[in-house]
Formats: sequence, C-alpha cells, structure tokens
Amino acid sequence: MAAFGTAAGRPLQGRGGSPGFRFTLYAALAVVVMYLDQREHYLEQLHYLLQAAAYPIQLAVNSPSTAWQWMRQSFESRERLQAENAHLRAGARDLELRSMRYEALARENGELRGLRDAVPPVADRWLAAEIVNIQLSSLRQRLLIDRGAVNGVFRAQAVLDDRGLIGQTTHVGPWSAEVILITDPAHAVPVRIERTGLRTIAVGAGDATTLALPYLPANADIKSGDLLVTSGLGGVFPEGYPVARVTEVHRDAVQPLAQVRAAPLAHIDTDSEVMLVWFRADHPAAPAPTAGSVGEIRSGNRAMQPQPVPPRAAPPPAPPPAARAPASAAAPTSAVVPVSPSASRAAAPAHPPASSAPSEPELQPAPPASTPAPEPASEPAPEPAPAPKEPQ
Amino acid sequence: MNPYGRGRMLLTVLVALVLTVLPLPPWLDVLRPAFLVLAVLHWSVNAPRTGGIALGFFAGLLLDVFQGPVLGQRALALALVSYIGVREHQRIRSKPAFQQAIIVFAALAVYEFVVFAIDGWSGHPVTSPLRWVHTVTGALIWPPLAAILGQGSAGHA
Repeated sequence: MAAFGTAAGRPLQGRGGSPGFRFTLYAALAVVVMYLDQREHYLEQLHYLLQAAAYPIQLAVNSPSTAWQWMRQSFESRERLQAENAHLRAGARDLELRSMRYEALARENGELRGLRDAVPPVADRWLAAEIVNIQLSSLRQRLLIDRGAVNGVFRAQAVLDDRGLIGQTTHVGPWSAEVILITDPAHAVPVRIERTGLRTIAVGAGDATTLALPYLPANADIKSGDLLVTSGLGGVFPEGYPVARVTEVHRDAVQPLAQVRAAPLAHIDTDSEVMLVWFRADHPAAPAPTAGSVGEIRSGNRAMQPQPVPPRAAPPPAPPPAARAPASAAAPTSAVVPVSPSASRAAAPAHPPASSAPSEPELQPAPPASTPAPEPASEPAPEPAPAPKEPQ
Repeated sequence: MNPYGRGRMLLTVLVALVLTVLPLPPWLDVLRPAFLVLAVLHWSVNAPRTGGIALGFFAGLLLDVFQGPVLGQRALALALVSYIGVREHQRIRSKPAFQQAIIVFAALAVYEFVVFAIDGWSGHPVTSPLRWVHTVTGALIWPPLAAILGQGSAGHA
C-alpha cells in the first residue's frame, strides 16, 4: 500500500514510468486478478487477507447504527421492558410445549422409518452471528457477519434466522464472512413445494422481499400461499427448511412458463442477528457432502454427480446378507396379518418399526435391522431412539 | 507534496470508501454518488505524483472486497479513471468548476461502463438504467466536494 508514495517529488515522467506505462501495468494486473478470481478460484488466500484488512473499515461503517441501537436500548422504559419480558416468557413456554410435542413426533417418526439416527435433528450446532454490514441493492444482496474462520465458519455454509433460510457464506475471512442472500440475483436455491412435493428452483430477484420461480410450467400445481421448503439438492442446504411463501402466480396463455413470485420467510431486511448452522453429515436429510466449492451456483457441483454408492450405506462388515433376510421377511408381517413373527429370527418383533417401511427395504432399514438381530426380543420399540449409536 | 498531504489523501480516500459502502435505503442507494471515484479523481488531478494510478488501483481493490462480484473489477475501472485524471490533470485543473463537472460526468460514465462491461463478462449482467444515475449526482456534487478536498492544498503538486 505504500507504493503510491514512491513517486513523490520526482517529475511526472520519472522512474515509475509514464502514466500510460503504469496504467498498462496495473490494468494487466487487474485483468490477471480478475481471471484468477473468476475462472480458477485461486485467490481464496488473497480474499482471506483482504477480508481481514477490510474488517476494521466495516466495523467503522457499522458503528453509527450500533451506537444508535445501544442508545435506544439503554433508554427503553421499564414498562416496555416488562411487557417484553412477559411476552418472551409466554413465547418460551409456548415453544417448550411445542418442542415437547416435537420430540414425541420425531421419535415416532424415527420409529416409523426404522432409522436409528432419524431422531437427532439434522442441525448439529448453531452459532449466532451479528450482522455487521448489509447491502440490499438490486445488483447485490449481501450481508457481512462478525464470525469467520476462527469460529469454524466455512465457505458455502447455510445461514438461517428463526423463520427461514437467509443464504450461504461466500467468502470467509478470519473474523468475518460474507453471506450471499437467497434474494441476490446471482443466487438460486433448490426448493420443493411443500403441498405437492414439486421441485423447482427459487432465484433471487434483487429485492429483499421477493424470490422468483422462473422454471415452472404454466400448468404446474402451485397457488398463492404455498410453502416452499429446501429440497436438499444442491449440496448446501439440508432438506425441509422453510424458504418462502408463494405470493403471486401469473399464468399467461401465451407463455409456456408460469410467472411465480414468493416472499422469503426470513426477515432479511430487519434481522440484526443470523444463525450459522453446522449439519450432521451422516444424517439422511443432510445435504450431500460437497468437495468444498459451491459458492455461487454457476458451476456444477462435482459432489452432486451420480455416485456409485448411496451416501450413507456403510454397513458393518458382515451384515448385508443377514440384514436383507429379516428386512424382506419383515415387510409382509406388517402389511397383513402377522403370519409368523418368530420365524424371522426374532428381528421383526424386536424392531417393529422397521417393518412399516417396506418401500425401500434394501437401503435404509438395513443397518438398524441388522444390529438388533443378535439381541433377544426383550426390548420394545422406544429404546433405540435416544441411543443413536452407529452400527460400526 | 509533503507527507502531511499524503496522510490527508489517505484519510479522505478512506472516508470516501466508508461513504461508499455505508448501508443506505435502496432509493438513496441509487442516488449515492461514487464517493471513492470522486476522491481518487480529485487526487489524481491535484496530486498526480503522490496519488495517481496506484492509489486508484488499491482503492478499487479494497472496494472490490466490499462489493465486487469479482476481485479486480473496480481496481481496473478506478485505475483507468485515475489514469485519465493524471494524464489530463493540467487541462482539468485550469477549467472552471462547471466544465470540471462535465468532465467528471464523463469520467464517471467511463468508470461505470467498465464496471458494467465486466459485470456482463463475469456473468452478473444487470441492465437496469438505474445504475447510471450516480454519474449525474456525482457530477452535481463535484464542485462542493472539490472545494472541500482542495482546502488548504490549493496550488500544490
């Protein structure tokens, strides 16, 4: 950075070369930097350094609004605080009740699917991050947050708030990270319409309250009010997180595609805090593991190519032949009258839930059905849920 | 130019950078002049040896970290603007403020065009005419801005 002091006091055409020469030099440098950054993604290291250098400036940029918020909070009246406290308490109680119910439902679901590890939620760990800077122009919708590599943040990490999806990290510095919002025109998120299961892609419209669904045919079953959730494709976001609600559907007889707009559920323009989420890689709902660079979804993701093995097969050395037998034998028992539960090596009674998922007998129920097999049929259903140990 | 002047230059460029990335409501954001370009242009015209192309390049690179789709975009555009400023500094300096504003408008248009072209090449095309609005507001704000920046250092360099 001290470079532009060196020419001081010398004639204009001095040692630094003529302005034309120096400009050519810097222009060539800029072009090389652009090429490396755009095509090859070589400059992660440089990005990292520059992000670190820029962070103090960003803090300075943010300081007026921080000071304003601090002032407002410290001058809030006692009544308002009390009212807010009561409100929060009621909300917390409500959530606790609901999460009690959720635990029960999740366990039930796990039992139904016969998956030992369906019960722990797909999100492994959360970290709250404060928004340091926000850019909401029609060209760029980005956030800067105050967590970075020292907190374990990585590139293409999912960012949520308490209502829905916000975006993903694009550049990570040591103490800060840049988040591209789902409403950025350069961002696309694979979604599923919750009501119908129809999968499509939601593209940012350059406006904090709008997403566009440009790839739906005119006769697609979608209507205003439909909830969009992540579909789990794309390798960044796990399946089933709420994204947006459809606000308007235009069907034009001339156009082959419907024009659909949706409003993100996350309060992107008013949030002051977001959540960074780490997902369990071995969870069935988790995004497929990525080789590192997804970033802006322009280039294809290598990890999403067809894979020779299903991601979470990894059965213990012996079981596959043994596991198939009880699973296939168990399927008919639940379908109709239990013919002979004892005949199937006591595996089915030990694990009745395994039998009620007959649709995919060779893939998912295999590990759970194989592990309880050596045990006698002493333990009834709810046991496997709280102890999610891997078969290995 | 003395070291005192160099510190002043860096400080003003830093302030301009902060003003450029300060979050603003969208309608104001469209009107916001490109303060960093104006500051760099001012220093390349009025202190072509101290400031100049290197200043433009590094200021642009820093701006790219804040808001570029690709690193080097604004570095190139700002280096070009400051090259124009350095090359024509005597001609620009001798003009009255009104004519200077017209030249600044042209320089801002060049800057925005380079940014626009690289946006397109790098796959982020935005063809909204709103992106050109700041060239007008930048030209309008130039006379007072130049007066503020030039305070105390008139006739230098």
